[in-house]
Formats: sequence, structure tokens, C-alpha cells
Amino acid sequence: MKHYDVLIIGCGVTGAATAYYLSKNQLSVGVVEGCNDIGCGATKANSAILHAGYDPEPGTLCARLNIEGIKLAKEICEKLSVLRRELPSLVLAFTEKDMELVHKLYEQGIENGVPGIRVLNNAETLEAEPMVNPEVLGALYAPSAIVDPWEYTCAMAETAVRNGAEVNLSCKVTAIEEKDGVYTVRTTGGDFTASYLVNAAGSYASEIAAMVGDHSFTPLHRCGQYYVLDKSEGARVNTVVFRCPDENGKGVLVSPTTHGNLIVGPDAYIVKDGKTVGTVAETLHKLKPSGKKSVPSIDFSKTIHEYAGVRPIAEDSDFIIRPSEQSAHLIHLAGIKSPGLSAAPAIALEGIKILCEQGLTLTPKENVIDERKVIRFKRLNEEEKAAVVKENPLYGQIVCRCETVTEGEIIDAIHRPIVPRSIDGIKRRTSAGIGRCQGGFCSTRVHEILARELGVSPLDITLGDDGSYILTGETKEVR
Amino acid sequence: MMNEKYYDVIVVGGGPAGLAAALSAAENGAEKILILERDNDIGGILNQCVHNGFGLHYFKEALTGPEYAGRFAELVKAHDNIEICCDTMVLNISADRHVSCVSSKNGYQVFRAGAIVLAMGCRERTRGAIAIPGDRPSGVITAGTAQRYVNISGYLPGKKVVILGSGDIGLIMARRLTLEGAKVLACVELAPHCNGLARNIVQCLDDFGIPLYLSHTVTNIVGKDRLEKVCISKVDGYTPIPGTEFEIECDTLLLSVGLIPENELTRNAGVGIDGRTNGAYVYENMETDTAGIFACGNVVHVHDLVDYVTVESMKAGASAAKFALGNKADGNAISISNGNGVNYTVPQRVRLENVDKALEVFFRTNKVRGKSLIKVTSGDKEIITFKREHMAPGEMEKLIIPAKMLAGVTDTIKIEVEDQA
Amino acid sequence: MKNIICTLCPKGCHLSVDLENMTVSGNNCPRGVKYGISELTAPMRTLTSTVKIDGAICRRCPVRSSADVPRESVAEIMKLLDTVQLTAPVSLGDVIFENVLGTGADIIVTRNLKAI
Repeated sequence: MKHYDVLIIGCGVTGAATAYYLSKNQLSVGVVEGCNDIGCGATKANSAILHAGYDPEPGTLCARLNIEGIKLAKEICEKLSVLRRELPSLVLAFTEKDMELVHKLYEQGIENGVPGIRVLNNAETLEAEPMVNPEVLGALYAPSAIVDPWEYTCAMAETAVRNGAEVNLSCKVTAIEEKDGVYTVRTTGGDFTASYLVNAAGSYASEIAAMVGDHSFTPLHRCGQYYVLDKSEGARVNTVVFRCPDENGKGVLVSPTTHGNLIVGPDAYIVKDGKTVGTVAETLHKLKPSGKKSVPSIDFSKTIHEYAGVRPIAEDSDFIIRPSEQSAHLIHLAGIKSPGLSAAPAIALEGIKILCEQGLTLTPKENVIDERKVIRFKRLNEEEKAAVVKENPLYGQIVCRCETVTEGEIIDAIHRPIVPRSIDGIKRRTSAGIGRCQGGFCSTRVHEILARELGVSPLDITLGDDGSYILTGETKEVR
Repeated sequence: MMNEKYYDVIVVGGGPAGLAAALSAAENGAEKILILERDNDIGGILNQCVHNGFGLHYFKEALTGPEYAGRFAELVKAHDNIEICCDTMVLNISADRHVSCVSSKNGYQVFRAGAIVLAMGCRERTRGAIAIPGDRPSGVITAGTAQRYVNISGYLPGKKVVILGSGDIGLIMARRLTLEGAKVLACVELAPHCNGLARNIVQCLDDFGIPLYLSHTVTNIVGKDRLEKVCISKVDGYTPIPGTEFEIECDTLLLSVGLIPENELTRNAGVGIDGRTNGAYVYENMETDTAGIFACGNVVHVHDLVDYVTVESMKAGASAAKFALGNKADGNAISISNGNGVNYTVPQRVRLENVDKALEVFFRTNKVRGKSLIKVTSGDKEIITFKREHMAPGEMEKLIIPAKMLAGVTDTIKIEVEDQA
Repeated sequence: MKNIICTLCPKGCHLSVDLENMTVSGNNCPRGVKYGISELTAPMRTLTSTVKIDGAICRRCPVRSSADVPRESVAEIMKLLDTVQLTAPVSLGDVIFENVLGTGADIIVTRNLKAI
């Protein structure tokens, strides 16, 4: 049975960040992930924003780790070549009550230590974002950023693997036993032992806790739906446009994505588990008037995709970052709701600090890898395009037409340290298939390339997680 | 800087439109013609359309897609003036007719063109575009993607299939999947009429006893990893009627819910796009509003018959050759407006000086109609009328208006449809 | 009297067929008469499908019947096509089965596929 000094349960953005930092030390670090790819839970479907940090209540973990997290994110994205774009965020006020809230958020922001935050009047708001509804009274302005959460997670997890960590996919934890200070973790993909466990299981964190008899928290699962619009709408705004939170939640935001699309969402409703990510006819369309209230010119006929994401919210509303009371070498990084993506690296460091308090000793490794190179053909200039194709002709073979993704990039993604085995895995790594035809043209080609490079039959390739088979057989052979 | 090779005519896309345009450009005097095709063979989507029914108008016989494409491919390959680059993706087209493209074989290249013909075709409308709610399992794919899996790669995308949309590709795939051993359980259409050709309803659905649910739609998709079932409701217009829901257990939902001209290169070149066709505005000679850039085939408007694509593209190719050789078309442009019952026209604008024998106008009507009268007018003047026994949105109408009837017309030309008792 | 849609061409004429008197109305061309009668007595179809191929740019080669075959023979011909394995190159018009199942129609290749 494989033994790790530290075994991280779950490879979303929190687990990946924890592995990234831990792997810089002389430790054996393992990660088990229930899905066949990393970043498939809350990390997969959210607003993709690195929040400025005015939103969480001062004094909470959420507040402190948000502010610390976005600083670390900037550094990580630069080092690991992750798509991240800085742009201001606005919280729009349409009523006097909203304006009061804007001022309250401003005060919170100041207390939390958000740099550059200020309150704008109508004219200043329209100057900051000419596309917002001119009826706006004013807004809270704060510098913020958007990120590609898939690549962010992937980059950290890949770097961890390059530094010696092991990521075990399709290993859903079924039981945890503790004996003489050693945990035995039973999973659907084999069993592992470990001295310390990190519970970064997202929506499943309470189930993991329960496996050691810890019933101290029962997260609720909050779901939110989004529209994704074509790149022709992507430049509609150049800011992240929020609404004032009201009784219906934080309000619908309008934001560009790092891939140049526009997203509008989310709403908020409670679902039964982390897997309930279907979109709902009765509520989805209600996002449209909300989005258009902020930015009236949004053209929803340019919609290319809808999605829903689930995030766990703890009952006491702050992040749960502490050792299990039942089993002190199991550290919870749980209840990671918004701003979890923003806070992720700080959550990881906080968790590692607790691991050390529980007796883990860290000795930094020499020659740690802390860089990552990715070729994104579309973003190269003419000379660079010519040069990369000359070096590797597969960068001249366009597979995804909508996003201009080359066969070379897809092969690169397949042969990086964490191997994608699904069409969606390729989509998250290369953006092949995220565009306006939604993989209509390229999915069959990606399918062929994936099967060829992995040396498996096309029948074995899935769309997403295990079980989501695409083909049922060959023609000429089924009768 | 890149060295920029010059061609008289560069054709973007080697499907039926591009092949016909290139051929016609060659026949009309262009000496250096280049076809840039992104797939590994010319012929475009016809290569996967293994069914027959192509060429009835143009070749006066019923050919399959690959045969129709094959005939043009042979003609094009036989022409010394036409160069073909497959596996080549055009990345950008500029209004001053520079074309940048990339391929494994030739790397990144920039060409200069005397004239450009846009013939990129169209793409399928997706689940996302029509916002079908529900889970996101595998097994929900567009009909064209399924067609490629079945006819090119030789794989079956499912065993128990529901088809949403009654467009021709969906109907054709109903038969194709049935012949290959899958069970097609239903074809579901939002509109009160079938969008496909009548013969496809007969030969693809009726022959196999596949039920067609008109005025119905899929209201929910259920399945954790793979599709398990779809929920279907009767609709009033676009709105599902409560209480009419029923479920069909299936592993595949095939979407045949419309095609969208693929005009991203067109937009980037600054060419004006008609919101009704989702294609470029074109003149009578298939020239866009950007001089020297022409467009033809499904990139201009979605055709139901490839024969019409061929004829239209021949015109575009000839016009492009003329332009490249210095015979630029001009004259006063008159708009063609959409009257009652007309969803769009192609062309949208006409320069009467350039109309040789007759002006050809394609249009689609907005609903299924019986006996109808098509009226072409300009101001108070009635130019010509056409009678139809039967009209449907699924079937494109073609009007041929003799040039002599248009003499003296200076105002907007209006086309409208009247129901006849 | 039966009402059917003529499928000989995309026009789709709405035919009224009287089988007792063997008359057809609603046709815009003479072919409609023959179609109307045969469709209701002995329907014929062009079969289009694919067969396996090796060594080409694709794994299936499109084929069709060179003439219409009785509709009820389609399933049997499909089974026969399952057994075919071609190797590139093949040319448009290559005959795979002559007079398939005695229908008088051949099964022919409909795409030129070079060996790669």
C-alpha cells in the first residue's frame, strides 16, 4: 500500500494549492480525487473572479484569506503561466438603500485592507464602465481580477506533480481507518496510507469528516446558474459588474472571462448535493432581466452555453479551517464557498500552518520547480506563430476552429503531468470546444487525438467523468 | 515581414460553394486561384452526407453527397489555374484582401488577393444556443457531429435515440442510425410544421414508423453521466403547456435545431452582416459591402439544396474573377425589402446596371402556406408576380425576375407573399 | 383515394392516388403518376450506407445502390454490407456487389479514396 506523509483528499483548487505548496518540501505528498480529472467540483463552475475582498465580514477567515489569496494568486499565475486579467469591479447601486450598502461595503473593504477601493457617483460610474445602466446612482469601485479557474488548478497540481507529488484520479474515498497514528484511506481506485490527511473534498467534505466520526459540520449546497455568451459579446464590459446584494442573494454579475466570453450569473438556490448541477428552466431565464438591469445592451441571442455550479456553504458561514476534533491529524479545509477561488492559496497555507502545529515538520526542497510554459497559439503574434509552426508543425494544425486551438497544444495537454482522459479534460486545459460551436466540429477530432495519444480505443474515451461514454459501438458490428 | 504571394482569387473553404466558385473563377479568366480548406479533403460537409438527393437540379440526377462533391473535385483538380491547400486554416482576412492562414505543411502564411470568395459554410446550433435545461450528461450531440461519427469514423453515438428538430440533417440521421441498428424513438419539433423536405419525412421517418411530434419540445434532460431520459412537452408557440409532459427513456438526444452561417472571419474583415440571414449583405453578383470580397453558399444564408449553392457560387466566382481582372461592378444600389410573409431575401441589394438577363432572388417564407401569390413591387409599380401551390419555411424559394421587367425601377424593390383562397 | 407526397424531387408534390382506377392527380410532372402508383403498391428506395475501409483518410467508405431497390430488401442488403471490408484506394463507381440480392441494382462506391 502506498504511504504518504500527507494525503490530500480532493483535487479542486484548494487541494491543488495545498499540494503545490506542500510539494516544495521534503515530504511525500499524495492527492486522491474521486473524479477522472482534477477541478471537477466547485472549481469547475463558478464566476472565475479573484474578488477584491470587501465582501466578507471583517474579522472572518473569509476576509483575511481572500485578501492574502489574491496576492498569492497574482504571483502563482505569473510564475505558472495561468490566464489572469486585472480589471476593476463595480458594485452598482440603483436605490438609496443600495447606496447605503455600497458605503457599508466600502467601510468593510477599508477594514479588510482592500487597496484602491472607493465610492463612485453616477458620472464616475459611467466613466469607469460606459455600458452600465445610466440610471445607476453610484457604485463601489475596487481593483480586481478574473482568472481561468481550470488552468489555475491544473497549473498548481501539475507543478506539484513535477515536484514529486502524486495525483491519483478516479479514487473516490469510501472509508478512512486510523490506527497507531496512521490513516488507511480506502478508495474506489485502491487504498493508501498516510500520516496526515487534508480534507479538501469540497461538496463532500462533511462525508469525509463523518468517516472519522466527525459530524461537526454539515455543509449546505448552494447552486448558481450562469449564461455564457459568444466572444462577440465578450467586450461588452471591461469591468466585473456586480449588483448590490439583496434578500435574493449576492445578485447577478456581468463579467468578461479570460477566454474573451461574457458570463452572466449566478442566481442562488439550495440543492441536495454537489452533483446537482443541472440548469432549471423555471429560473434560468430570470438571469436575463437581472443582467440587463446592470448592462442593458447585453444581447442574449449570442448565448452559447449555460452551466450551474455548486459550492458548499457551512452553517456558520465562515470557512472551516481546523483540525478535526475527532482526529487531530485530519485537517479540514471545508465550507469553501465564495470567495474560495480567490482565497485558495491562502487557505492552503493556513492549512499547512495547522499541519505544522499538529506536528508535521517542513524542510524545503532544493531545486524546486516553480515555473510552467504553455503555448497558446491564438495569443502569439505573426512572427511567433510562424516560429512555433516551424519548430513543431502540429502547431499549424488547427483542431478547434472557434478558439483556434492546435493539435500541438492538445498533444501538449495530454502529455503534461496530469493526463486528461476525457473530451472535457482537453476542453478545460486547451479551451478546445468552449467556443461558439461547443465542440460540434472539433469534438470528433479531439476524440481521435485523445484515443491515439493514450493508445486506447475511441470507445473508451468519455465526455466528462467515468461513465459518460460517448460512443456505444462501431457501425457494421452491432446488428 | 512575410512575403506575400499574390492570387487573383482566393477562395476560403473547399466545400461545394468554394469548389464551384473556384471553377467559375477559372472559367471567367482568373489565372491564379487558391482554395484554402481546413479539412483533410475538399468536398466539405458533403463528404459525410452519404445519402442521395443532391444534384437533381444541377446534374439532373440524384447523387449522394460524396458523388456531388467528387464531380466538382475532379473538375477543379483538372484545372491548372486552381491550387488547393487542405488542412489549412484561415486565421484572418482583411478588408484590403490580405489572407493569413496556417497549416502543418506550409506553416504560417500571408497571401494577397485580387478578390476573395468567402465560402466557409455554416455550423450547427447547439444545446447552449437554445438553452435546453437539465443535467449535462454525455449523449446530447448535434446531428452533424453524429453524422461524422457514423459515416466517417464508423462509430455509433447511441442505441436509443430521440431527435429534437425536424431539419433535414435530423431526419436523414434518423434513417441512418436506424439502418445501422439504433432505435430512433421519436422526432420532436417545436414548430407546428416539419422543417425538413417532404421526401425526408416519408423516407426517413414514415418508412421506419418513427413518430413525429409537432408543436412539442424537450423541456428537460436527465442523466448523471450518460443521458437517461428526456422530458417532452407540447407547446403553445414557444411555451410548454403544463400537464402535457411525458418522458422518453433514451441514451442519445440528437439536435437538429438549425444552422448558423459561420461568419467570424467575415465580421473581422469588417463586412456588414444581415441579422436576418446571419450572413453578409450581398449584391446581385454576390459581392459583399466590402469591395472585392464576395460570399456564397451557406455562409451567406442556409440553403436547403446544394444545387442552389452551386449556382450561387458560380456567380460569386465569376464576379470575383471579373473584379480581380479590373472590371469592378458599380452603379446605384437598390434595396430589396421583405414584405409580408418574407423572412429574408438574398441578395439584399441590387445594382440594376449589373443585372444581365435576369435578377435571381432567393427567399424563405415565414410559415406553411397553400396556394400563394408572390408579388414583386417597387413603389406603386407591380414588377412581376409568381404563383405557388405550396410554400414552407423549410423550402427556399427562388425567383427569376427578367431584367426587362426591372427597367426604370429606382425605388426599393419589395417582395411579399399573399395567401390565395 | 390516398394522399401522399411525391419524393422524386425536392418539390414534394402532394399527390392524390386512386388505386382502383390507377389514376394520380396533384402531380406537376408525368413522373408523379408512376411514383404515386408504385409507392402504394411496391415502394422502391435508393439505399445509401457505408462499408468498412482500411488505409484511407476515413474508416468508412460511402456506398449506394446503383438503382432503386424494393424497400423490403433494404434490411437484408444492410446485413450484407456489414461483411464488406475494403482497402484503399477505391474509386467512385467501383462495384462491390453486382445485382445485389437479385434486385438488379449494384452496390457501388460513391467516394474516391486514395491510399494513405
